[in-house]
Amino acid sequence: MNAYVDNFKKYRGLLWELVKKGIKLKYRRSYLGIVWTLLEPILTTMVLVFVFQNLFNRDNVNGVPFAMYILSGRLLYTCFSGGTNVALRSIRANSGMIKKVYVPKYLYPLAGILHNFIIFGISLIVLVLGMIVFKVKPTWHVFEAIIPLFLLFLLVLGVGMILSTIAVFFRDMEYLWSVLLMLVMYASAIFYDAEKIFANVAEKGQGYIATIFKCNPLYGIIYAFRRTVLYGEGINYTDASFIACVCVSVVSVIIGFVVFYKKQDDFILHI
Amino acid sequence: MAKDIIKVEDVGMKFNLSKEKVDSLKDYIIKSIKGEISYNEFWALKDINFTLQKGDRLGILGLNGAGKSTLLKVIVGVFKPTEGKVTKKGKIAPLLELGAGFDQQYTGRENIFLYGAVLGFSRSFLEEKYDEIVEFAELEEFIDVPLKNYSSGMKARLGFAIATIVEPEILILDEVLSVGDAKFRKKSEKKVMSMFDKGVTVLFVSHSIEQVKKLCNKAILLEKGKIIAQGDIEEVAKIYESKTK
Repeated sequence: MNAYVDNFKKYRGLLWELVKKGIKLKYRRSYLGIVWTLLEPILTTMVLVFVFQNLFNRDNVNGVPFAMYILSGRLLYTCFSGGTNVALRSIRANSGMIKKVYVPKYLYPLAGILHNFIIFGISLIVLVLGMIVFKVKPTWHVFEAIIPLFLLFLLVLGVGMILSTIAVFFRDMEYLWSVLLMLVMYASAIFYDAEKIFANVAEKGQGYIATIFKCNPLYGIIYAFRRTVLYGEGINYTDASFIACVCVSVVSVIIGFVVFYKKQDDFILHI
Repeated sequence: MAKDIIKVEDVGMKFNLSKEKVDSLKDYIIKSIKGEISYNEFWALKDINFTLQKGDRLGILGLNGAGKSTLLKVIVGVFKPTEGKVTKKGKIAPLLELGAGFDQQYTGRENIFLYGAVLGFSRSFLEEKYDEIVEFAELEEFIDVPLKNYSSGMKARLGFAIATIVEPEILILDEVLSVGDAKFRKKSEKKVMSMFDKGVTVLFVSHSIEQVKKLCNKAILLEKGKIIAQGDIEEVAKIYESKTK
């Protein structure tokens, strides 16, 4: 165990360099640069609000302005999709380095996930601005938001490590994952009210749909995040969706590291 | 008492070469049902044993495909050997395929810190040595230009300058003493020679027997992944020369 810690300390500098590289290169040569981190969620939210307000006559979800409801969901979903995609491609993207110098391989997905998470952190400024514009008053429960954010990090890390390992041996994962991500998006209640849907499907006797939602860890995370930030209520710790997202996040990290650790010596033979 | 810097014990490296090319899942399923998936086991290295003490300069000789590069990669740590183990003490400067850790979109300056970190140097150390690196690579004017606009000679110079800025205990050379123009070549040879004087341990791969004789005091001769001769450079070189005749 100590050897691992020593090794990590030795390569801490490299991890930081790789994280910096990810952030620096993301917007290099674009005119607005890092401003895109803020502009992108604002613009996509505007599109979604336009579509849903005009076509579906929505302007709030249980009293929270619809724009804020969408924005919060989108930000968290983008963090998940961005982080897992970066991790998925990380080993192949760095194959040039892996083939020639020894570096602990987990640094590549980890650096990708970290840089993605830092950009996500910056983009949360948009949420703060939105709360001021739409006069959503936070309560002290806003500090509890650290819990869903931490779970989100664990989830991205775990799923990212699993995907980065699979992608080395099975390249089709890139395409498959983009389809699965779409499924996750629709099952995360980003631009509609899940409670209403649960009520609807319960009437039709399709209660299993609600179960699918609640098993989706991203749904649980977004739900908990909205409760703390937008609704000013605490997290509902006994809700099935919360328990599910804690379990899935923790288990995915364990599986991710075990799988990655066991397979990493074979990467070189496949890239 | 001499210190063992590198110890290679019973190292073997096995690759599975699939006989038929399997490109897709469909192919894979069909062929595995028919039982046609089979691998050729291929030992790129087998039973490799040697020890190097401080100041030893080992030439690795062999024809193409003898396993020289695989052996270097096992020692550097890129390949994990299928069997046996490699123990090494001290800092390695891998001068093989210079600039493997470079990023094309990064400028020369940024690449110094990135590649330096890949080699395990701390940021403060690199900041301290930054001017020295730039000066040695003769890239003062181009240091803020993205690397993709560099010529291959410029990249090689930068890579060489970063990798040799420390006083490493182990130096791995893979035909790299031919980077850049004649002037830089002389300069880099001088730099390597000065490291020799400080007692660095060297692993050197080259097809030029003259160069190996000039640089090394020990040698091993590889054939089909096995050591067929090792010891004093003159003796091994004789065997190698008789093989290539």
